[in-house]
Amino acid sequence: MPDRIRIEGATKLFGELKALNNVSMVVHPGETVVVIGPSGSGKSTLLRSVNRLEVLSAGDVWIDEDHVTNHASDIRKIREEVGMVFQNFNLFPHLTVLQNITLSPINVKKLPKAKAEAKAMELLERVGLAEKRDAWPEQLSGGQKQRVAIARALAMEPKVMLFDEPTSALDPEMVKEVLDVMLALAKEGMTMMVVTHEMGFAKAAADRVIFMDQGEIIEEGTPKALFDSPKNERTAKFLAHIL
Amino acid sequence: MAEIKQIPVRIQITDGALIPDKGNKTVRTSWKISLFGALGLLVFLPLYNMAPVQQFVLQAWGLFFPSPELSARLSSIAAGTYKNIWVDILLYLPDGLSVTFAVTLSSIAMATIFGLAAGLGQISRVVLLNRIATVYVEVIRGIPLLVQIFYIYFALGSIFHLDGFLAAVISMSFCYGAYMGEIFRAGIQAIPRGQMEAALALGLSRSQAIWTIIIPQTVKIILPAIGNEFIALLKDSSMVSVMALVDLLRLAKNYGSNHGDYFPPLTVVALVYLVMTLILSWLVAVMEERLNQNAR
Repeated sequence: MPDRIRIEGATKLFGELKALNNVSMVVHPGETVVVIGPSGSGKSTLLRSVNRLEVLSAGDVWIDEDHVTNHASDIRKIREEVGMVFQNFNLFPHLTVLQNITLSPINVKKLPKAKAEAKAMELLERVGLAEKRDAWPEQLSGGQKQRVAIARALAMEPKVMLFDEPTSALDPEMVKEVLDVMLALAKEGMTMMVVTHEMGFAKAAADRVIFMDQGEIIEEGTPKALFDSPKNERTAKFLAHIL
Repeated sequence: MAEIKQIPVRIQITDGALIPDKGNKTVRTSWKISLFGALGLLVFLPLYNMAPVQQFVLQAWGLFFPSPELSARLSSIAAGTYKNIWVDILLYLPDGLSVTFAVTLSSIAMATIFGLAAGLGQISRVVLLNRIATVYVEVIRGIPLLVQIFYIYFALGSIFHLDGFLAAVISMSFCYGAYMGEIFRAGIQAIPRGQMEAALALGLSRSQAIWTIIIPQTVKIILPAIGNEFIALLKDSSMVSVMALVDLLRLAKNYGSNHGDYFPPLTVVALVYLVMTLILSWLVAVMEERLNQNAR
């Protein structure tokens, strides 16, 4: 099976600090891969290197045939096909919910406004926020903001979705509404790479779980294998700590 | 974990008249006192110096403190040679006012363009643009405006034959562009980094992201500061009176030297500047409020 995301030898230096140390991994089409690990383990840096928000010091990233880390490739074209959801939502506060979602389809994909809005309404329907179309981001709860952010990413019809700790900035009672949307997305066969602390989500949705520590992949496997019988001591210690 | 709230940033410098927003009662009250005081004086002084009023006042004074000067003034009123200088000045004013307005408005428009360019230049990744913008801001802010005006009008003007108006607009906008550049830069950098990242992740180019995402948010937070610059520019436009350009101040000075009395013309001009800046600061407050209501 061809790989949708292929990372080879990813290394990232922040001054003296090695945030990523020769990391290699793949995500197959339709697969949901959850990356876990203590803070500072490099998991967010790894995720952000997939759409080159983080420029690697060394190593390569491919998405299908597109060589992300090659500076000659058209990174904008690649990013159009990679949706990203951030910890802090990053909705555009000066645009309404609907405008947030249609911005990129209209400006980047050059979709006619009516078509972009119809598509946006479909997505809002899907995340259960159709009635919020004309609201300002400031008027939404955290969970609602994140669901709009997911809809905004999906509006570009990406073939890959990246989630960077999507529930970490949420009040506990709002975590589920976001995870439910993500779970449904995974079930529909979206290719997803998710950095999260939500072990429940990993168990329910992940095809594979990757444990990272100190810029390296320590262990990977099915959720069942990794959670129930971790092979590495560090994995076991982290899981004992968090579960 | 609690949800992270983005605190709205507001950059405000206050070297001009304070901006009377609704929440601040003290500023609002002092704004009202100043405005109505100035307007009151502008109405009162010409009325008080009308011939019949003066005649009455002088006669009343004469009852208690008779003096030859008093009677001379009374007889000039009787002979019809008395002139109400205060009204005379007010009739003169529109000429100077239109020059001051023309210089100020043209300079504001140009300075905003320079400022935006300097601000974008300072955050640019193109090294050359970055250098040019940074050096421009450093140099211009390090030289007093009055020196720049002299320099452009007298030094450069003699080479390039600049007329007064052009020299005035160039020096004002070039100078203020540098100060506004700093405001634009600070405003752009105050927008959370995630905004640019989200825009890039959606496939927007850097320049698309700047124009559709960053600048609209920047404008909102720098508006008070930019408004203050506009007000300061209006006031500093009085410096162009050193050129052969008859603005409000130059007009007052000319009037004073022609009539041998600087007190009335300079009083009127000071009051007119005050009224203008107070009204402008109110306009800025209204504009700011509008923006706050719209894109929350």
